[in-house]
Amino acid sequence: MSMTANPGTPPTPSVADRVRILTPGDTVTACGFLGETPVLVLAEGGILFAGTDERRVAAHPGGVILCAACDGSRLLTGGDDGRVVETTVEGTAHEVFSGKAWIDTVALGPAGARAWSAGKTVHADTGKIEPGKGAPKTFAAPSTPGGLAFAPKGVRLAVAHYGGVSLWFPNAAAKPELLEWKGSHLPVTWSPDGRFVVTAMHEPQLHGWRVADGANMRMSGYPGRVRSMSWTATGNGLATGGATALIIWPFAAKDGPMGKQPAMFAPGATRIAVVACHPTTEIAAIGFEDGLILLVRLSDGAEILVRPPGGGPVSALAWAEKGSTLLYGTEDGAAGILTL
Amino acid sequence: MSDKVPVTVLTGYLGAGKTTLLNRILSEPHGQKFAVIVNEFGEIGIDNDLVVGADEEVFEMNNGCVCCTVRGDLIRVIDGLLRRKGKFDAILIETTGLADPAPVAQTFFVDDIVSAKTRLDAVVTVADAKWLSERLKDAPEAKNQIAFADVVLLNKTDLVTLDELAEVEARIRGLNPYATLHRTQRCAVPLDRVLGRGAFDLDRILSLEPGFLEAEEEHACDHEHGEGCGCDHDHAHDEGCGCKHGQGHDHAHEHGHDEGCGCKHGHEHAHDHDHDHAHNHEHGEDCGCGCSERDEAGRIIHRHGGLKHIHDEEIDSVALELEAPLDPEKFFPWIQNLVAVDGPSILRSKGILSFKDDPDRFVFQGVHMILDGTHQRPWNDGERRTSRLVFIGRKLDRAKIESGFSACVAA
Repeated sequence: MSMTANPGTPPTPSVADRVRILTPGDTVTACGFLGETPVLVLAEGGILFAGTDERRVAAHPGGVILCAACDGSRLLTGGDDGRVVETTVEGTAHEVFSGKAWIDTVALGPAGARAWSAGKTVHADTGKIEPGKGAPKTFAAPSTPGGLAFAPKGVRLAVAHYGGVSLWFPNAAAKPELLEWKGSHLPVTWSPDGRFVVTAMHEPQLHGWRVADGANMRMSGYPGRVRSMSWTATGNGLATGGATALIIWPFAAKDGPMGKQPAMFAPGATRIAVVACHPTTEIAAIGFEDGLILLVRLSDGAEILVRPPGGGPVSALAWAEKGSTLLYGTEDGAAGILTL
Repeated sequence: MSDKVPVTVLTGYLGAGKTTLLNRILSEPHGQKFAVIVNEFGEIGIDNDLVVGADEEVFEMNNGCVCCTVRGDLIRVIDGLLRRKGKFDAILIETTGLADPAPVAQTFFVDDIVSAKTRLDAVVTVADAKWLSERLKDAPEAKNQIAFADVVLLNKTDLVTLDELAEVEARIRGLNPYATLHRTQRCAVPLDRVLGRGAFDLDRILSLEPGFLEAEEEHACDHEHGEGCGCDHDHAHDEGCGCKHGQGHDHAHEHGHDEGCGCKHGHEHAHDHDHDHAHNHEHGEDCGCGCSERDEAGRIIHRHGGLKHIHDEEIDSVALELEAPLDPEKFFPWIQNLVAVDGPSILRSKGILSFKDDPDRFVFQGVHMILDGTHQRPWNDGERRTSRLVFIGRKLDRAKIESGFSACVAA
């Protein structure tokens, strides 16, 4: 998007002056909120608590953090040191697991559930394990998982891998149900109502299944791999990066997006790297590969500038639970907090 | 030099000496730090923080074409390694002895994230002088590994007679006359002959006298491999769609992705040209030797500049040159169609092209049906502006390729 207004079009309104700039000094891999505190996950193993008094926690000393999940009260990180670490609101980090293989994916679920994958093995702790007793359940995926996601209700884990997604009940002896589709499936997400499972594939497309009957839906047209997906506040739309415009697939109908065109907003000069939908209103925050960050109102496509381009691709975006605060980070180690 | 991290792929049949070479690279004082991707942790005797295990997960791309494969594990591991900024200068990938090099090489062309940050420097194949001839008879992987190589280390030369050595070298040249060949013992080779080669070191590879290549006893020497290795590999991939299927000359990646990878090569594979051209074509360049000499198995033996080539009945190479400038509007459709139809049988392709009214050399390399090309640099004054192509593959139809290429000359 050009920042110079064309004659006749009003300039994009900006809230960039309300951003508190942070200086993590390292690539921001992910971000989130623990309670009210904004937290940045840094590539080189550290976690930055960016509240009024900044604190750094060395969650993976000497390691690189490869994946992270945050649910507002817990932050789970996995690294190339083979460790899974949980960091809490109080700012204490404790090791959940340690092994030889890299931790490629982590996920948090309802009722204290958490999961991670090391090599081809998926480990799930459904929150029922008392300290010192029992061990997480394990499932050997057919290939190294590219993504994990807990269903919104109950304890069911979607494991994305080569050839499809396995839906696994860690507490049940039954064999996982396989949603098949050829190709390599990477990040995976459940629709908030639990009716659909969607993956972003190695090919530049998404693939979805209706859980009830396994019906397939292919969402394509992207110029590159999709690495970021986020459900809109109503749960009816899936917002995705990967294109130079924000793509939102409609999931309200019983057939999901089958036979429907996606909505497209905020066409930009570069591809969108990260999307994060507002938790309560139909607004999406989008971060581009050139560092530009915009807020987009999904009712009419109106845009608000949060951050002008620069400082490397946006690599992380997260809203506080009530949606009053937006946190961002970039690959080149820039970060900031917008308070609305 | 591009700022992409160079990647060297080590292949070779079981026991040929890959691990010996790897340990040598990791232990010699060349001042470079390597991240190493291995399949067997146990074999490396070097304490290196950046040794990562991979499990050779070969993924078929979802575009209905069987030879469009990548290594999913490599994509994941490289993505993770690249997060360690400044911790290493280059990446080494060791493949198992049974691995097909194609998915490894294709990973660097097909995946947009990997190709944006790394470049394939060279495929180095370690071959066992004593056993290679046997392996070539019974192991198709061994043939592929030789055919794919940019550099061949013919190792354990101390275990064979000079005649046996000449024989095995002739077989290697018959499969791949364009690889640089080094005779070694215990993989003792100056490392600058292996690293920093530049897969686009095409001027040498495409010198149209295959066989005019080094084959010397190597003596290990402590050689500082500096930056300026003299190979002009300045081949930035354009950060495009990542699919790199013989993109058009202007790199405007505006193709509608109607199918998976967007390569849209109608995978009909209607090979209706029958492959029984009973090898009566002249192999390689017109060597003028008449090619009447045969070995005990009836294979044609060529001699180029005193170097013997034993013609392989399966894998063959075709080298072509045109003096007249090409029309990109003709060339790109032709080569895209060629690799779309014959991709499964084309192992590697390379070329330097001179287009009409274009001051730059266009260079490309490919694996099966995936092509990756770029404007390399301006043609130098006094440089011969010709277009040269090399294909290595199975039972290539030389006449068809030649006439197709000739038809690409600009009007």
